[in-house]
Amino acid sequence: MKKINPSEITPKHVYLNRRQFVAGMAALVAASALGACARESEVEIPTTSATEVPPATPEPPNLTAQAEELAENLTPLESVAGYNNFYEFTLSKSQVARLAADFDTSPWTVEVGGLVREPQVFGLEELMAFEQEERIYRMRCVEAWSMVIPWNGFPLASLLEAVEPTSEARFVRFETLYDPQQMPGQASNVLDWPYVEGLRLDEAMHDLTILATGLYGEALPPQNGAPVRLVVPWKYGFKSIKSIVKIDLVAEMPISSWMAAAPNEYGFYANVNPDVPHPRWSQASERVIGGGRRETELFNGYQEEVAYLYAGMDLEENF
Amino acid sequence: MPAWTSKRTSERGPERRLGTPWLTIALHTGALIPLVVLAWRYWQGGLGPASVGAVIRRLGRYALGFLILSLAPTAIRTITGYGGLLRVRRALGLYAFFYAALHALAFAGLDYEFRLGLLFQAIGESRREIVGLLALIILVALAVTSIPSLMRRLGRYWQWLHRLVYAAGALVVLHYIWNYKALRTWPALAGAALALLLAARLMAWLRPRPRRD
Repeated sequence: MKKINPSEITPKHVYLNRRQFVAGMAALVAASALGACARESEVEIPTTSATEVPPATPEPPNLTAQAEELAENLTPLESVAGYNNFYEFTLSKSQVARLAADFDTSPWTVEVGGLVREPQVFGLEELMAFEQEERIYRMRCVEAWSMVIPWNGFPLASLLEAVEPTSEARFVRFETLYDPQQMPGQASNVLDWPYVEGLRLDEAMHDLTILATGLYGEALPPQNGAPVRLVVPWKYGFKSIKSIVKIDLVAEMPISSWMAAAPNEYGFYANVNPDVPHPRWSQASERVIGGGRRETELFNGYQEEVAYLYAGMDLEENF
Repeated sequence: MPAWTSKRTSERGPERRLGTPWLTIALHTGALIPLVVLAWRYWQGGLGPASVGAVIRRLGRYALGFLILSLAPTAIRTITGYGGLLRVRRALGLYAFFYAALHALAFAGLDYEFRLGLLFQAIGESRREIVGLLALIILVALAVTSIPSLMRRLGRYWQWLHRLVYAAGALVVLHYIWNYKALRTWPALAGAALALLLAARLMAWLRPRPRRD
């Protein structure tokens, strides 16, 4: 059990939010139970038959103690939905919510292809048909702040297993929607659009890696990456690409948008690591949004679960 | 009452006749309103989820704003010959120092909770914080030597020392630029303003000077 600092004791508004959240979850569970009955006949359950795919983490890591601590320290919904880095809309974290308010996400499809046997285009309903879970993760931004967010979603591994990656597939490449009409920030050239991110296949198959479709028991707000985004909790937030429209299995390491924009500052791995400073600032500690200052943990506290992925790797070189 | 509100600033030069107390009153009011508003908004929770960062950034912007303003009277005299604003130069410079000191204090106290280990590590590992600290050191030196008795005692060294304000400005602009992943409008504008003011200053130095008495 981790030590909880007095400063981390849940403030009242967080507690109230948590209560609303629990109520919301109960409603969601009820709704999804009903939904499951209705859907069963119409939606095919994705099959899992790929043999070359690295298996999803054998047993789900023991998250209970960690999850309990995180659950006590949830970031209030208004902060999660009011303080966002989403350069497709604006560089201003407080303005994303306003500019994304009318973001139209229906219909939405995610095209999954590349080095796979069963390329598929998933509609949102089909993504929602994967068994949805609640995951409470700490989100550590590369800008040295963090939030604790209760996500709803499903392991990316389930989706990847459904499309059956071939033996040549070694990386996964993700792409955000490119739609300057809806995303005014894409008119600026601060990054090369569309936003691209990537994971090694074993990272993508890890049980902690999820595709999130909601938070706090509700559909993802547009500013948080509606309708579907990646969440990789042991990596800096920018890896968790938002509003995904395309997922490709590839043989070569994809060049992410941030690698292309500033190769000396942003590497492919971007694992949270207090010992490897950003070229412009320290990563040793972080400001908890709605809280105090906190010492940053290696792999954002998920060391036990993910350290084996990087055994023998120089983490300073592979930043 | 802070030292720089003393009447001394308006005692030197023939321009003092042009000024009215209203300029001084407007200056101090204008300079302190941002602080009062900021404190009020922080208190009321009107600065959003990351309020500590918002306070630090705003104090930093005010400091840079006053630093740039403090260079303007000299440039205006160089270009237009009008020296009536020179008497507020010292006060503007001291407000730049005042906001820079609050900015640093908020960083160390509000953000780092005076956890010195983390604070020193944060400074040591970041070129952004190092240039900010260097700029602060210069501003402290300039503020201390703006005390009139020291000013007189330092004589011509004083002028040499106070030209470092341009170095401090350049460091602050770097500090501002390095805050963001990409070059943004405001840091770029601040850099451009500083460059123009420095160009005006260099013009004055290079131009054959008419003898003044």
